[in-house]
Amino acid sequence: MNAPASTTLPKPNFDRQGEQGYQERVDAAMRSFVREFGVTAALHMESCVRCGLCAEACHFYIATRDPKYTPVHKLELFRRAYFREASPFAPVVRALGLVKKPTIDELQRWQELIYDSCTMCGRCTLVCPMGIDIAELVKEARHGMYKAGLIPERLALMDRTARQWGSPATPAEDLPDILQEVSAEHGVPIPCDLAQADILVTAAPAELGDHTKALADAAKILNRIGVKWTMHQEGFDASNIGFNNGDMELQERLTRALVDTAVKIGAKTILLPECGHAYGAARWEAAKWYGAALPVRIIHMTEFLDELLASGRIRVNKIADSATFHDPCQIVRRGGLEAAARRVLAALGFELIELQDAGVSGFCCGGGGGVVSNIRATPLRAKVFEMKKAQVEATGAKRFVTSCGQCRITLEQGAKNTHWTKKTESLLELVADNLAQ
Amino acid sequence: MDLLDFARGPALQVALAVFVLGTLWRLAGVLLLPRLRDLSPAREGAPAPLAGALRTIVRRMWPRPEFAQATMFMTINSWIFHVGLAVVVFGLAPHILFIRNLLGLHWPALPSNLVYGVGVVTLASLVAVLVRRLRHPVMRLLSHAGDYISWLMTALPVATGLLATAHIGARYETLLALHILSIAALLVWFPFGKLMHALLFAFSRGATGIRFSHRGVEV
Repeated sequence: MNAPASTTLPKPNFDRQGEQGYQERVDAAMRSFVREFGVTAALHMESCVRCGLCAEACHFYIATRDPKYTPVHKLELFRRAYFREASPFAPVVRALGLVKKPTIDELQRWQELIYDSCTMCGRCTLVCPMGIDIAELVKEARHGMYKAGLIPERLALMDRTARQWGSPATPAEDLPDILQEVSAEHGVPIPCDLAQADILVTAAPAELGDHTKALADAAKILNRIGVKWTMHQEGFDASNIGFNNGDMELQERLTRALVDTAVKIGAKTILLPECGHAYGAARWEAAKWYGAALPVRIIHMTEFLDELLASGRIRVNKIADSATFHDPCQIVRRGGLEAAARRVLAALGFELIELQDAGVSGFCCGGGGGVVSNIRATPLRAKVFEMKKAQVEATGAKRFVTSCGQCRITLEQGAKNTHWTKKTESLLELVADNLAQ
Repeated sequence: MDLLDFARGPALQVALAVFVLGTLWRLAGVLLLPRLRDLSPAREGAPAPLAGALRTIVRRMWPRPEFAQATMFMTINSWIFHVGLAVVVFGLAPHILFIRNLLGLHWPALPSNLVYGVGVVTLASLVAVLVRRLRHPVMRLLSHAGDYISWLMTALPVATGLLATAHIGARYETLLALHILSIAALLVWFPFGKLMHALLFAFSRGATGIRFSHRGVEV
């Protein structure tokens, strides 16, 4: 039987922000694209041989077998901008019309490929025979899409909120009240806005909403080791939505808020929450915005726990159970904390049963790069979740642990939608719950 | 001036000039772009940038184990035609003589029958990758005209070389002239298409090696 004729057109897979005309949007995207081409980006644009192997690494391609999800194809407009405007033969390319300038229609259609179906997890970077860092190029392409006002509306909404509040979910002025409530609920003191402290502790958006126990867990450990620490209204959310959205101005502002606040209170360390993109934005990119070597050390919660356990400043009770670990991309593949996470798991006494794809080559949860917040991407994300779920089940491990709040939300959503009873546990929470005297 | 004289003389000279100047222009055009220094502190124990670059340059010669199965055809077939091309170009006595006349460098030749056999295998391997490009949905989507031109410019010298060696299809002098002209075409095309990856691969892999070794990740 034929499907009944639809009376409405299908919803386009793109959103627009602002009042710019079509031509202005194309021009803004092109100007931004061209600014991205430093030597590494240009080398990577020049070296592709169109072998297509990157598809074999991408969870979105593997889950759907749809060639449009081939990672390097997501860069097609960025590639055209490069060859027309920035490559060594650009004048010839333009004069002969060898590469067409992207159109507004193409930019709109590519929004889905750049935002909905790329988590910037960088698994494709691992397989490319030319070593092209496709994930980084997608991030750079997002800068142009943002300038053109062509990003998913949900991400744009979070962007506007973060510009106003310093966080996509929580106004800065609410922080003291939230911390007071969490403190009362869990019976752990959480200092806020101290004028001087050694460690500036930051949060991920979910920790100020659904995962507030993470704040109490961090506080419990920090209080145990007896350091002077604080959270601070002027720099409290490390997730950096600007990094994900392609809003460089916001990325810089949020980065500076953290570093400047740390400097202001005399902190030597900024402790990042269990959040992948916070690590990518702060640990590896903060110095770029600061313009010099940073005056503070930036450290992820997983590293912090690893160092405390290794130095004996905290001890944990052993958990006699088997566990498998989901490697958050920005922390492990693009962050280098593969061994640190495993040392913490070992300290907890877990018998670790690795996923089929683990460590540097682990599959993304499917929600990174803002995809978890992008409602339009939900059906695609669900397909990717099935892959992760199958790998977790194949291990037969009793517990399922990760060290990124966004991964946890993505995996929890997937579990809820598929009635999967496996709980995704936080490494921080496990350490805090099993602190030994 | 007959066709062979033209091929050996002006055609090859012009082609070599375009090859050298074009390659230098493209390399310089990329390598002289602004370089953003990574000011973030390196992971403790991270290797020196050059060591990180070299590791990735070498490591990417073959896939990581987790990708071995999915990339098997491309890996094996690519190895076959890359090694095959190297054997044919640098192993055949007349080629070595040509290089000796051009650069003064020389080395012992491989038996010509062996090189001929390798040439046949190389051509078959090139045909296989073309078939894949035309049939595989991902490669078909990615491919531009330049990819097919690059394929043709690579396959023609192999095919005409085999024909000239076997004396099939025309007079030897004509076949040889066509072979040299096909090489001239390859040299002219080299700086403009993806064949430049023969040089760019090291820089491209190296840049990624530097970025990730700094973070303590082996890629």
